[in-house]
Amino acid sequence: MATPKISVRSVSKTFDLAGHELAALQDVSLDIADNEFVTVVGPSGCGKTTLMNILAGLEEPTGGHAVVDGREVSGPGPDRGVIFQQYALFPWLTVRRNVEFGLREQGVGRRERRELADHYLRLVGLEQFADALPKTLSGGMRQRCAIARAYAVNPSILLMDEPFGALDALTRVNLQEQLLQTWNEERRTVLFITHDVDEAVFLANRVVVMAARPGRVFDVIDVDLPYPRPEEARLSPEFAALRNRVWRAVHHQDGGPAVVPQPSVPTA
Amino acid sequence: MQLTDPRRAAPAVTTGGTPAPARRRRRWRGRSLVLNLVSIVLGVAGWETLALLGYTLPTPAAVARRAGELVADGTLADDVRASLRRVVLGFALGTAAAVPVGFLMGWYATARALIEPWIQFFRTIPPLAIIPLAIVLMGIDETPKVFVIFLAAFLACVIATFQGVVDVNRTLIDAARVLGARDLSIFLRVVIPASTPFIFVGMRVGLGSAWATLVAAELIAAQSGLGYRMQSAQLYYDLPTIFVGLISIGVLGLVMDRLLLLVERRVTGWQERR
Ligand SMILES: Nc1ncnc2c1ncn2[C@@H]1O[C@H](COP(=O)(O)OP(=O)(O)OP(=O)(O)O)[C@@H](O)[C@H]1O
Ligand SMILES: [Mg+2]
Repeated sequence: MATPKISVRSVSKTFDLAGHELAALQDVSLDIADNEFVTVVGPSGCGKTTLMNILAGLEEPTGGHAVVDGREVSGPGPDRGVIFQQYALFPWLTVRRNVEFGLREQGVGRRERRELADHYLRLVGLEQFADALPKTLSGGMRQRCAIARAYAVNPSILLMDEPFGALDALTRVNLQEQLLQTWNEERRTVLFITHDVDEAVFLANRVVVMAARPGRVFDVIDVDLPYPRPEEARLSPEFAALRNRVWRAVHHQDGGPAVVPQPSVPTA
Repeated sequence: MQLTDPRRAAPAVTTGGTPAPARRRRRWRGRSLVLNLVSIVLGVAGWETLALLGYTLPTPAAVARRAGELVADGTLADDVRASLRRVVLGFALGTAAAVPVGFLMGWYATARALIEPWIQFFRTIPPLAIIPLAIVLMGIDETPKVFVIFLAAFLACVIATFQGVVDVNRTLIDAARVLGARDLSIFLRVVIPASTPFIFVGMRVGLGSAWATLVAAELIAAQSGLGYRMQSAQLYYDLPTIFVGLISIGVLGLVMDRLLLLVERRVTGWQERR
């Protein structure tokens, strides 16, 4: 493999909790290639968000190195776009101005800013809501706006922390497809965190399964399904087999007897 | 400090609670306006009855007549002008000082540690209690009055602003940082807009506080203004004039509060209402 886009080398993170130490991450190593779409699944509290914050430069590891493009991460940068679980749109700005926020920080002129914002709003299907305030948008639309905002500054990496976690099943499936479509049109390296095994398999080149206490990489599973992935891909036997593998890795981390779940028909 | 949403504290002119369809809301607003009027008429009638029953109260008609005289000879206008001048000046200066100081306290822990003890200390002293000192130090002209109003407005607003800065959602700041914003830009483009709702709450509390302080200050030491007019009327047992003063103070306070509320709705209309 060529030099990885993202390289996590023996990263540890301990939090000091009134007296005792908590190992949120212990000796986590992971390489991600350019334009790869990697999903991370694992039980609550296994350090997924912590890992993302370290890569985003919002937190520092207590051990090891987080390397992006051959350079150690030191603080946030426009090369890494972040999409937060709680949308984090600026409520006082219209949808378009939210998308323009990062561009303005980079000193992009007004005309160009507007063109870029409109381009990315079209990409996520929000062009008609450019002048709306976030409070008037549904959860799914807010998250699309956040995706457009992250895309607009043209980061080579997108870090997404359970972006669809708060949405209903139907919206979720729609946004998953839309995200893949967006990603097909403009490839980026994506690290996508989720609780949802289906989502993890449907989106990824590679699924990283983490375990908790201490937070660590439990298994890495390659997903050899071709892109673009139509909705029917979810119904294929290959998809079902992969989902079962990931499901077992997530739910039977103690090495107990692995019960194969009946593949359920996904909501379409 | 507990901050309440001013919209919820507002009287029933606006609809309360559940979001109703616009038409129903408009109809309700019309009905509540009628009820407001009915209530006022009933109140005045009750007042009239009490006066007729022989309580030492001027009748509404006597008060209206006196108001007419005071308007005609320009006294009321002069008094209102004198009072408004003090309150507007003190309030404007107090708010203008409170906002930057509140931001400083919220943004820099050092500034907070240095400033907070003084604010907490002065908060426990009613601004009126400062008047004797202010008069000795500043003389008997306008300065001590404007100063105590300034103090009242400043103390109310500075704490709200500080609270607003401290309460800015961490995720919004992180979102700005990952979009490439530096400290100054985060401050200007995230912290300031995010804390405006708090600042407005502080301004409205400050305005109420400034108005209350003004009238009291004029009762104690002034040669003009609505408080002064009532004080001198008291000497002549001139009840109608006292009533005119009271009603003017109430109406002016209400109007100023509504104006501020109007501006607030304009500026912080982006907020989600729950
Ligand atoms: N700032 C912090 N201070 C102390 N402990 C923290 C902090 N942030 C995270 N932790 C702890 O580190 C562990 C991992 O947290 P993290 O948020 O990364 O988990 P997660 O995998 O994202 O969980 P979830 O799926 O519920 O979002 C948890 O036990 C959490 O309590
Ligand atoms: Mg998390």
